[in-house]
Amino acid sequence: MTTKTHVQTTINGEPVDFLCEPRQSLLECLRDVIGLTGTKEGCNDGNCGACTVNIDGRIVTSCLVLGVEAQGASIETIEGIADGTNLHPIQLAFLEGAALQCGICTPGFIVATKALLEKNPDPTEHEIRFWLANNLCRCTGYDKIVRAVQEAAKKMQEA
Amino acid sequence: MTTTDYDRNVVLSTQNDFKVVGTRPVRHDGVDKVTGRAIYGADYDASGLLHGKILRSPHAHAKILSIDTSKAEALDGVHAVVTASDFPETADKTMELGEDETKLRDLRGNILAKDKVLYVGHAIAGVAASNPHVAEEALSLIEIKYEVLPSVMTTDEAMADGAPILHEDQTTEELGNDSGVVSNVAKHFQHIKGDVAEGFKQAEVIVEREYNTVTVHQGYIAPHNGTAFWSADGRLHIWCETQGSFVVRDSLADLLDIPVSMIRVTPTEIGGGFGGKIPIYVEPVAALLSKKTGTPVKIVMSRKETFEGSGPTPGSKIKIKVGATREGKITAAHAWMAMEAGAYAGSPVGAAAQCVFAAYDLENGLIDGFDVVVNKPKTAAYRAPGSPNAAFGFEQALNELAEKLGMDPIDLRLKNVATEGTRRVDGPVFQRIGAKEVLEAMREHPHYQSEKKSGSGRGVAIGFWFNIGFDSACNIALNKDGTVNLTEGSTDIGGSRTSIAMQAAEVLGISAEDVRPSVVDTDTVGFTAVTGGSRTTFATGWAAYEAAQDVKKQCIERAASIWDVDAENLQMEDGVISSKTDSELKMTLKELGAQLSDTGGGITGRASVKPRGVGGSFCGNIVDLSIDEETGKITIERFTAIQDAGKAIHPSYVEGQMQGGSAQGIGWALNEEYFMNDEGRMTNSSLLDYRMPTALDLPMIDTVIVEVANPGHPFGVRGVGEANIVPPTPAIANAVYDSSGNRITQLPMSPVAILEAFKS
Repeated sequence: MTTKTHVQTTINGEPVDFLCEPRQSLLECLRDVIGLTGTKEGCNDGNCGACTVNIDGRIVTSCLVLGVEAQGASIETIEGIADGTNLHPIQLAFLEGAALQCGICTPGFIVATKALLEKNPDPTEHEIRFWLANNLCRCTGYDKIVRAVQEAAKKMQEA
Repeated sequence: MTTTDYDRNVVLSTQNDFKVVGTRPVRHDGVDKVTGRAIYGADYDASGLLHGKILRSPHAHAKILSIDTSKAEALDGVHAVVTASDFPETADKTMELGEDETKLRDLRGNILAKDKVLYVGHAIAGVAASNPHVAEEALSLIEIKYEVLPSVMTTDEAMADGAPILHEDQTTEELGNDSGVVSNVAKHFQHIKGDVAEGFKQAEVIVEREYNTVTVHQGYIAPHNGTAFWSADGRLHIWCETQGSFVVRDSLADLLDIPVSMIRVTPTEIGGGFGGKIPIYVEPVAALLSKKTGTPVKIVMSRKETFEGSGPTPGSKIKIKVGATREGKITAAHAWMAMEAGAYAGSPVGAAAQCVFAAYDLENGLIDGFDVVVNKPKTAAYRAPGSPNAAFGFEQALNELAEKLGMDPIDLRLKNVATEGTRRVDGPVFQRIGAKEVLEAMREHPHYQSEKKSGSGRGVAIGFWFNIGFDSACNIALNKDGTVNLTEGSTDIGGSRTSIAMQAAEVLGISAEDVRPSVVDTDTVGFTAVTGGSRTTFATGWAAYEAAQDVKKQCIERAASIWDVDAENLQMEDGVISSKTDSELKMTLKELGAQLSDTGGGITGRASVKPRGVGGSFCGNIVDLSIDEETGKITIERFTAIQDAGKAIHPSYVEGQMQGGSAQGIGWALNEEYFMNDEGRMTNSSLLDYRMPTALDLPMIDTVIVEVANPGHPFGVRGVGEANIVPPTPAIANAVYDSSGNRITQLPMSPVAILEAFKS
């Protein structure tokens, strides 16, 4: 067995320590070591965006980050988006706008959308499509996703 | 995107007197899916779980001379290795697999190859280890000796004289009879209506062309996965992402030679399917590994394995000849279609033959279909399987015909459109259908009425997919607060549990939120066929309708016994039971629910149905696009999808089907293809190089839901899941022609293909 490394992080605001092998990706660590399976694997090579998480304010595909690289980082996953039982406006917009079908890409889209709206609270349709181009959805044709992001932006600005 | 002066998502309703049907409630599984709580197959965990990996063939065609697993078995952390020899030897038989049939021997051979590998990616051995990395290391220690054979990758190569043969015991079924000729052509069939030769004599204008398409993949985001636990009591439990939990159960029973009663399949949430998750791949391997180890074993495919080792949809060669009078009446049409089945017989050419002319009332038609095995993965269903390939040919030929006749392409179609009573070339007579209404809605749509942008091309096309009925079951139990729990067996890919629950709610007069639907395992509900064939909202919705009627009847009977009156005098509306004669007698479902236990016990409704009144669905597209002449890149500028839904139970999810099918069709048209090298290996098996549309590649997809009620369903439902992928490829090709004068007869219309077409 490979020697494991002790990694200290903050995940969704809580301190989390874990042990991982040097070859394990952050995605594997989140899912298989820590048990946060809301972050999904679609390709394991950075092309589908299903494993998108936010590390220190930047969104990354967690399959391309090694677990050991998360040392000292603050990570936000889909499990940290809602405030307890209060869904985030982005989550509500996806629900109410029927912006998901199978739902496997949804966590990645929501994490990516949150980062977009923090940076650009009133994006154009083109800016939304450009930002979300790293997240593949095969069910919706993106129409209702783009609309949900627009709706969430509107609600968040009104709030 | 500019603001529009028209409604971008329209429902043309014919019947609006429903309270729940036709509304847009939040789906019941929604919160779990936006918070990351929903458990998909790869998320499943179990005590003592081992991880499995599968060794796959590096050769497109080779004899397996020997397999030595001893070094792999000796590796620390490896618990078991299995090969084809671990399957019980059972007699061959034909198996019903959801929408398709297959031979048991072929299914077994596809899951683990025995004497021969037939494609790169063909599974050979499975390993279970303490973690996936150790399992992967173990794969590299399995030693296999091959004798490499020449391969065939296309129908042309496979059908050529002297072609290398995949199956020495496969003889061609020629027009229903065994020809006795060993060949890669598993089957040649014909459908004939009228006299085609005579029809072509009457034709004043004829179009004749050949069209070619290549292998594409469904592209679901979650790779195949499955966990198996073969318990010491002999019972096998499977957790997996599937479009048909009962298909998994029944296939495993045949493969493993155990009774269905010893197998329980729990369907997890499913990360996309589009037909590709009807067949089984990893589940039997996980089961064999679990049997050897006595612990649960999980196998999750990689993306590369998903491309190489699951079931894409075929490449095809299609020749179309169609003739018409000067007035635009089609006098005859011939479709010659050869489709790649992949490594084992069973391409969707049969379905393609049922769809190719379906939208039109033809006096004289001839369809030749060829099912051809090649050294590629065994194809599986992909959204209206076969129909998009066929439409890419025929719907382009019709536009060419319209141009020669100087007719509007929609008018030409309307002049020949199929309606109720039309006999298709393949035999069946249509009940009430909506082809005409879809074409009329296209012609009247603001998109079609608008001026094209300068330099843009516009194209139209329509497509057909039938629905299947098949078995569905549903149970509904009344809770003491007047809500109901609904259990059903149709795995939910796109919101179907809500559209099923809404049909029960409509019957009971309660809100969609007061129905709690669950998709349950094969031990917990009656036999339910696949989520496929656009059948789920139609057939399982019907089961929910019947089960709710059962609940309603029992509620009325119970109230009658509580009030000591005749049930005949009672009614139930809007969730309230009341007397038709005595206005004092009123009880809500909630009040009844609270008394159930004291008045004779619970109320459970149930239904198992196998409905016959299936109604096919037609979808039309209008597309505007521009072409960058320097790079050959096509930009879709505007896209409208118009589909007959019968009755849209939840319009948002009907629109979602239309928009999703459109996007897949656009990807198929513009970019998606398996690049195969000379060794028969796919060279673009990643989601970077297999180029599915991103959000940036697409415009908004405008929709019109046309409702031509299906008389064969209580609410008029038609399945809407599939027809929408059919028209995009020909509509886009027609728009490319309109823009550039180039007729593209090969998919995909990638920048390279466009530049080459422009050159010649």
